Amino acid sequence: MDTQYYIKSYCKIKEAHVTFNNNIVFEDDAKDLKSFLKNIYKHLALKYAKFFKMDNLSKLAFLGAELLLQDDEKDTDRDIAIVLSNRASSLETDRKHQEAIQDKEKYYPSPAIFVYTLPNIAVGEISIRHQLKSENAFFVFDTFNAEFLCNYATVLLEKNKAESVLCGWVDVDGENYDGFMYLVSRKGKIKHTIKELTNLYQN
Amino acid sequence: MEELKLELKNKIIENLNLEDVSIDEIGDNDPLFGDGLGLDSIDALELIVMLDKDYGIKLLDPKEGKKIFESIEVMATYIAEHRK
Amino acid sequence: MKQIFITYNNIISSLGFDTISNIENVSNGVSGIKKIDDDNLLQQPFYSSLIDTVKLDVAFQNIGDITAYTRLEKMMILSLKDVISQSNIPLDAKTGFIISTTKGNVDTLDENSSFPKERAYLSELGKQIQQFLSIQNEAVIVSNACVSGVMAVSISKRMIESKLYEHVLIVSGDVVSEFILSGFQSFQALSDAPCKPFSKNRTGITIGEAAASVLVTSNENYLSKDAVQILGDASHNDANHISGPSRTGEGLVRSMKSAFKEANIETQQIDYVSLHGTATNYNDEMEAIALNRMHLEKVPVNSLKGYYGHTLGASGLLETIVGMQSLYNNCLYPSYGFDELGVSQSINIIEKTKKKELTVFLKTASGFGGSNTAVIFKKNKNK
Repeated sequence: MDTQYYIKSYCKIKEAHVTFNNNIVFEDDAKDLKSFLKNIYKHLALKYAKFFKMDNLSKLAFLGAELLLQDDEKDTDRDIAIVLSNRASSLETDRKHQEAIQDKEKYYPSPAIFVYTLPNIAVGEISIRHQLKSENAFFVFDTFNAEFLCNYATVLLEKNKAESVLCGWVDVDGENYDGFMYLVSRKGKIKHTIKELTNLYQN
Repeated sequence: MEELKLELKNKIIENLNLEDVSIDEIGDNDPLFGDGLGLDSIDALELIVMLDKDYGIKLLDPKEGKKIFESIEVMATYIAEHRK
Repeated sequence: MKQIFITYNNIISSLGFDTISNIENVSNGVSGIKKIDDDNLLQQPFYSSLIDTVKLDVAFQNIGDITAYTRLEKMMILSLKDVISQSNIPLDAKTGFIISTTKGNVDTLDENSSFPKERAYLSELGKQIQQFLSIQNEAVIVSNACVSGVMAVSISKRMIESKLYEHVLIVSGDVVSEFILSGFQSFQALSDAPCKPFSKNRTGITIGEAAASVLVTSNENYLSKDAVQILGDASHNDANHISGPSRTGEGLVRSMKSAFKEANIETQQIDYVSLHGTATNYNDEMEAIALNRMHLEKVPVNSLKGYYGHTLGASGLLETIVGMQSLYNNCLYPSYGFDELGVSQSINIIEKTKKKELTVFLKTASGFGGSNTAVIFKKNKNK
């Protein structure tokens, strides 16, 4: 693994702020996460009706991908792998599905909720939106795992399994959320290292 | 019947999260699937749950849904005839 | 690039608590699917392949407190412990650890569960298993819907290729819960009879439960007699729909192409394909289309869902292990439940147990979120 790769761009959706390459794109004092995510959608002037069908985890990941892939052509066959991770998996939606089946007198499992009880649906939503028929995976860790993500993205690039890699940590647990996504590429200014990733995530 | 149709439009917008659609945009005879509202297979399953939950109608054969969910008009007629 | 192998393995399922007893049942044409009548799981009777609770507790009480661990934890610990003792692998920093599961301990969200709700966090499941078995590394948890089990194999190989690890232990598992059954039922995907993959009269999925474990290694001192080399692997998205598979099989075709390219072999060299075959209309049709696009329509194929049901996060690894045994025994096992071909394109379903010299096999899986995985394995003939 001798080739140096770079973090081409990165974004954060955290603590009522949206930043792109460390510049504030949007800030908001929405009362809840759902409204905050909707306000970002509006701020970015997106037109994508499916957004409103997504659960908060998919919305968070979707918006991060919009920021990072905004300059790219959607029609061309781009080889961008997607590697996402978080702590709570799809637990927020799992709780909703459990609620729908807990009471046997009011037992109405909803297919529109159940389908989001898998964290990799967020990867699927981004793939559909940007027509990325590429390598993809979803991982769960206790905390942001810069070491694993850095090594995994490097292997994908090293073995020519992708041209670039959309990586990130997208966690939603109740009203708590934490989004950090970045694009690893063969060109850029910030070196793709565990140290840099840890730095960017923490600061 | 008009009341039921209005109720259905409201429910569809809410249950299927059609945030960008307003009630006036759904005509009684507009197709709900395909070119119309652009609903998909998960929406069809969700409508089956709605029939059960709100109107006590159980569809045993999901293929039946295709006909019933053709438009608001067809849905309202079916519900009026079968509701419990 | 160094060679990477899957070696020691274990399956815990309705058909047995080790690989040998599972294979004995499969080769004797025994299915683990039965009719279940249990209000706590589903309000009406359904078909499933369940692990006997008493048998599980009897096995577990020799090593731990049966009330302190969830059903899934007991299955996973027993399964992985078997692989660790068979292989004698050191559990140090050079041995990575992967768990693949779709829903983990999600059943602890139920108000009637005796476990705290925190147990539903997948990292909590990871800690329980890591601590019980004294594994040094934190678990890398792969949760990628129905492809998780075989995707874990691909990821283990990449972890070893990154030179961070010499070995990787994988345990895959999911349990049958009301959570899962109610969801698949709301999708109207549950079959009202034991599933019949690729058959004309198929009526949907049968859900099952299992845990499966393997050791993946680049060290030739740890090769078992049934070891296979991992030649190539890939996981591509359909970018089509979050629950339905692509009509053209695009993601699966791309996964297979990428795996073949890496393996540097021709499609004619494939002796057997272990398909996903969930017995839903769309899945089976999509797989038949993808096989034809890859010119693999004449290669013998099966789905093992007729024996085990769909064991979700375990299925891909469980079916890989059965594939390894096919190679080792030079034996093709029939696609249980199959009668008359019910897909639009011709494929070569294995209908009877058949002895045949086998060297290379392909394992595929597809699932929600548009996910697909393909991995190619080759028998290790040096042994």
